[in-house]
Amino acid sequence: MELNGHQTDDGTSEETENDEVVKPKKPHHHQQTPWKETQSSVSFSATAANMEGASVSAGGSASIARRTSSSTIARQRIDSLKKNRPPFPWFGMDIGGTLVKLVYFEPKDVTAEEEQEEVESLRSIRHYLTSHTAYGTTGIRDVHLELPGLSLCGRTGSLHFIRFPTHDMAAFLQMVRDKHFSSLHTTLCATGGGAFKFEQDFLKMADLELCKLDELECLIRGVLHIDSVVPSECYYFETPTDLEHCEEKAFPLENPYPLLLVNIGSGVSILAVYSKDNYRRVTGTSLGGGTFLGLCCLLTGCSTFEEALEMASLGESTHVDKLVKDIYGGDYERFGLPGWAVASSFGNMMSKDKRESVSKEDLARATLVTITNNIGSITRMCALNESIERVVFVGNFLRVNTLSMKLLAYAMDYWSKGQLKALFLKHEGYFGAVGALLELLNPS
Amino acid sequence: MAGHVGGSEGGSNSMDKSITLPPDEIFRNLENAKRFAIDIGGSLTKLAYYSTVQHKVAKVRSFDHSVKEAEGDPLYEISVQEEITARLHFIKFENAYIETCLDFIKDHLVNTETKVIKATGGGAYKFKDLIEKKLKLKVDKEDEMTCLIKGCNFVLKNIPHEAFVYAKHADPEFRFQNTHPDIFPYLLINIGSGVSIVKVESEDKFERIGGSSIGGGTFWGLGALLTKTKRFDELLQLASKGQHSNVDMLVKDIYGGAYESLGLTGDLIASSFGKSATTDKQFSKEDMAKSLLHMISNDIGQLACLYARLHNLSRVYFGGFFIRGHPVTMHTITYSINFFTKGEVQALFLRHEGYLGTIGAFLKGAEEDNPNQYSWGENYAGSSGLMSVSPDINPMQRARSGTFDMLEMDRLDRQLVNLPLLQDPSSYIPDTMDLTEDSHAREYWLYCFEEALDGVVKRAVASRPDLPEATEQAEKFRQKYRHKLQTLRQQPFAYGSLTVRSLLDTREHCLNEFNFPDPYSKIKQQENDMALKYYQKVVRALEDLSWEQRQFALVRGLLAGNVFDWGAKAVSDVLETDPGFGFEQAKQQLQERPWLVDAYNQWIERLKGEPHKCALFFVDNSGIDIILGVFPFVRELLLRGTQVVLASNSGPALNDVTNNELQILTERIAGMDPVIQSAVKDDRLTLVQSGSSSPCLDLSRLDKVLATVVRERRTDLVIIEGMGRAIHTNYYAALSCESLKLAVIKNSWLAERLGGKIFSVVFKYEVPPQMQVQH
Repeated sequence: MELNGHQTDDGTSEETENDEVVKPKKPHHHQQTPWKETQSSVSFSATAANMEGASVSAGGSASIARRTSSSTIARQRIDSLKKNRPPFPWFGMDIGGTLVKLVYFEPKDVTAEEEQEEVESLRSIRHYLTSHTAYGTTGIRDVHLELPGLSLCGRTGSLHFIRFPTHDMAAFLQMVRDKHFSSLHTTLCATGGGAFKFEQDFLKMADLELCKLDELECLIRGVLHIDSVVPSECYYFETPTDLEHCEEKAFPLENPYPLLLVNIGSGVSILAVYSKDNYRRVTGTSLGGGTFLGLCCLLTGCSTFEEALEMASLGESTHVDKLVKDIYGGDYERFGLPGWAVASSFGNMMSKDKRESVSKEDLARATLVTITNNIGSITRMCALNESIERVVFVGNFLRVNTLSMKLLAYAMDYWSKGQLKALFLKHEGYFGAVGALLELLNPS
Repeated sequence: MAGHVGGSEGGSNSMDKSITLPPDEIFRNLENAKRFAIDIGGSLTKLAYYSTVQHKVAKVRSFDHSVKEAEGDPLYEISVQEEITARLHFIKFENAYIETCLDFIKDHLVNTETKVIKATGGGAYKFKDLIEKKLKLKVDKEDEMTCLIKGCNFVLKNIPHEAFVYAKHADPEFRFQNTHPDIFPYLLINIGSGVSIVKVESEDKFERIGGSSIGGGTFWGLGALLTKTKRFDELLQLASKGQHSNVDMLVKDIYGGAYESLGLTGDLIASSFGKSATTDKQFSKEDMAKSLLHMISNDIGQLACLYARLHNLSRVYFGGFFIRGHPVTMHTITYSINFFTKGEVQALFLRHEGYLGTIGAFLKGAEEDNPNQYSWGENYAGSSGLMSVSPDINPMQRARSGTFDMLEMDRLDRQLVNLPLLQDPSSYIPDTMDLTEDSHAREYWLYCFEEALDGVVKRAVASRPDLPEATEQAEKFRQKYRHKLQTLRQQPFAYGSLTVRSLLDTREHCLNEFNFPDPYSKIKQQENDMALKYYQKVVRALEDLSWEQRQFALVRGLLAGNVFDWGAKAVSDVLETDPGFGFEQAKQQLQERPWLVDAYNQWIERLKGEPHKCALFFVDNSGIDIILGVFPFVRELLLRGTQVVLASNSGPALNDVTNNELQILTERIAGMDPVIQSAVKDDRLTLVQSGSSSPCLDLSRLDKVLATVVRERRTDLVIIEGMGRAIHTNYYAALSCESLKLAVIKNSWLAERLGGKIFSVVFKYEVPPQMQVQH
């Protein structure tokens, strides 16, 4: 498949770099795991190089053979799922356009007997994930989001939230392969576009058949579940019109329907949810988190979301945007437009002088404000068209992005004259992955 | 009053400026100008003024009846008189010309009543002092949005084919819309530096229901930052050459293909600029500009759809500098609207979009003249027409002198309304053939009109023996009309859909422009004189026939009369070489039954039934046609007890009988024929004017009086006669009462197209479906 070749080509440089970083961290777990371990850790980077060659030359026939065998295994797995809960490890994965979100359930109620029976590779995975907060150069565990003492499917443990950039998928697959994930006879439930895009890579590179799930279904399942088990998951900003003083307040989402669910990832999807199983994608927009970061990179030369946000927090968008008062000298009263409202995003940049006097921070701020307000405006129209008054914003664009959340809260409140309420969830971008995990435990 | 602004005295000495204005063509009729308005945008200035134009009009006046006329004396005299009509002038030029233009206006402005100039647009403030200093007029600022809406209402009401849909890959790419008789409610999306979304509910009621800050300014500002390209046009040029998929993250970049369960195809943009979130890759200016264009167009399209849905509106017009004649943005907006509404809403654009602000500002200033009380018509001779701004599409653009674009609107004496008998006014299309869509037909007709030009010039000169410079003027007419034809060959959509009617009307407008108000007046006079002499003989011959024979003879008489048509080249050739070609000979030219379209039997069956209450007859040519064809037919109708309304042109067109002439002819015939006389006396025979000066007929723009008469008399039969009115137009017009459309096809190309030969007969008798049940 051309995707495979493309993927390896693309990842070559980053892959080796990542692998090397991952490698040194492994040995100290591996001390207790004498067999396979040494082999795998030694061959880690070498295998990556070999894999490239293999996937290019060996191509189709090998993968067909694998597919037949693994699908039989999959069927057996599904059979056992129906009787019991699935074997560990329990993962849920959401492969988006920019980020891969992984949730991992770490059982804390492991009995001695269980511990005895636990295969080495499983233990290794558990230790690797739970004893680190960073994986490679780009993988990160959001420790502050960890849900301890969570009861899932009769087991108690901690839910861990991990993310890494989608463009590091090759390195991740390499690790999965080296951890002998496929030998654990578990099912990897994955959602997001990448579950489809990388299906063949999982099969070829890690000998894993993904259980592909629809992203919207997972998203809603994840939101509803987390909200039901985590107190104060949902919150809103009190007095959103006063940006300086507005504060987060818990919002019990007891009777959530109908609600508008706005998922802001690379792009944006807007769903109208009427019940657990009754929902509809109302619309979406391509102006999302990817646009913010993409434009910021082009305009300021930054390279990460955090960097872009940091710059935005220091900038002043009114240097870049043309406001109503810039045109009318004050409010445009005839149409009830306040002078501070943005008349034209980046409108001041039509002038050469202003282009020359503006700072990178200003540009980053304007980009953030433009994208955020646009999402707010489309959301508001959807809420009106669907007659829904409650809007829940999720997605990783909102991660550490209080600025956008407050802007959204403000925009919803101001333009609807208090009719619409903007709600946010603490686990922002992980609901798809949680939904995928729930699907593993309780197939619908 | 001063004479015309002519090239002779208007220009040379006063035009010693860095930029030379072609004064013959722009800022016409300035000496009578009043009520100025100006709309100064970011790069273009639009100026409006109202002036009166002295027109030559041919008047016919009956001779005194008490004096017994000698044999051979004409029955009426023709004189060319001056008439003053109102005209609106709109001129668009680049802001760079503003000072030169103001100087020019100052030098030529004679009227001193004017004290203020209405101003709108962002630049009005910037140029306020300059305008006040140069013109000594007080600048009076008007709200931009109010002007825009007023202007929009005005063009939608007064210019048929104002709105169009744009289809990049279709031929032609412009598809003009039939203006709905009720233009309200609609949504206007104005894409300037930001976006305003305005719901317009009536002439005075509109509301800004929303907007967006992501607009033309975002494209320009962000585009300039990303590509280091300063000009808006250049950014669009860049965008048209780019590949957005290099910069945008598509659905297939995330999914590897389509997101099938949601029906999202792989090529859909999932995240604009989603691929540019990296520092180790360079992106081309073209690709970034394209991605930006898509991002903004899609966003605007999406909001437009959300607002349209929320307010349940399906007519959505787009305007503002982002759109203004740019095929690139019209395409992306159209695409976006189609995507988001799944084709339920069409993106509509306006031919005179750039003029809306200035038209509105002008109307605000002219409220005391009640411009909205009148109907206005686009003057094809004085208007530049829609020009594509893309030089790739429009090679004519380069050849045009300067960058001046003009629109002129003539005030029509009467208010124009729909014929109340149209079955569905909103779907009525006057023209049978759209030459913009039919390239073969277009080529043929453009060739035809070019070929006929020599003859028209000759007749125009002959019609003005009183005018010493007639030859010179006729030559100017030739140049102007030929240039229009060339323009239309390049840009068939310049004045809306190109039709035989618009070609004919353009010719009439050009003839008027050079003071040839009625080139056929003498010919019409001769023909009328000759035909009157035969009237009684024809009527007597008909009376001797049996009922059945007479009905057939009457129809054949109508058709034979219709062979006499100077508008058709085949006939004008015969008439010029053989003046003795008479009524009887004409009948022999007619096709034998069965005719090309032959509903004669149904018509006769109908005549055996109840008489019609009232017949409305749209008449065609002077001379034999009206006198020996139409009148005997009308006489029979009257004798059956049917009232008759004769509708004729308000102004001259070719050899068509005008209302003025018809009045004299009717008087004369009444003098000879007691049937006609009593009918006139009892008001059973009425003459009305159609409101038109075209050889064709637009049933959606008819004199209001005609509409009233038609309604009052409970008209139940409409007769439309002649190629121009029944074939080129109205062939497919559906009426809510019985109708008779008849014509002789005097053009072999058209006859062939319809599957017949030259002099084939069309006799179309139609009964609307709802009435067929009763019969």
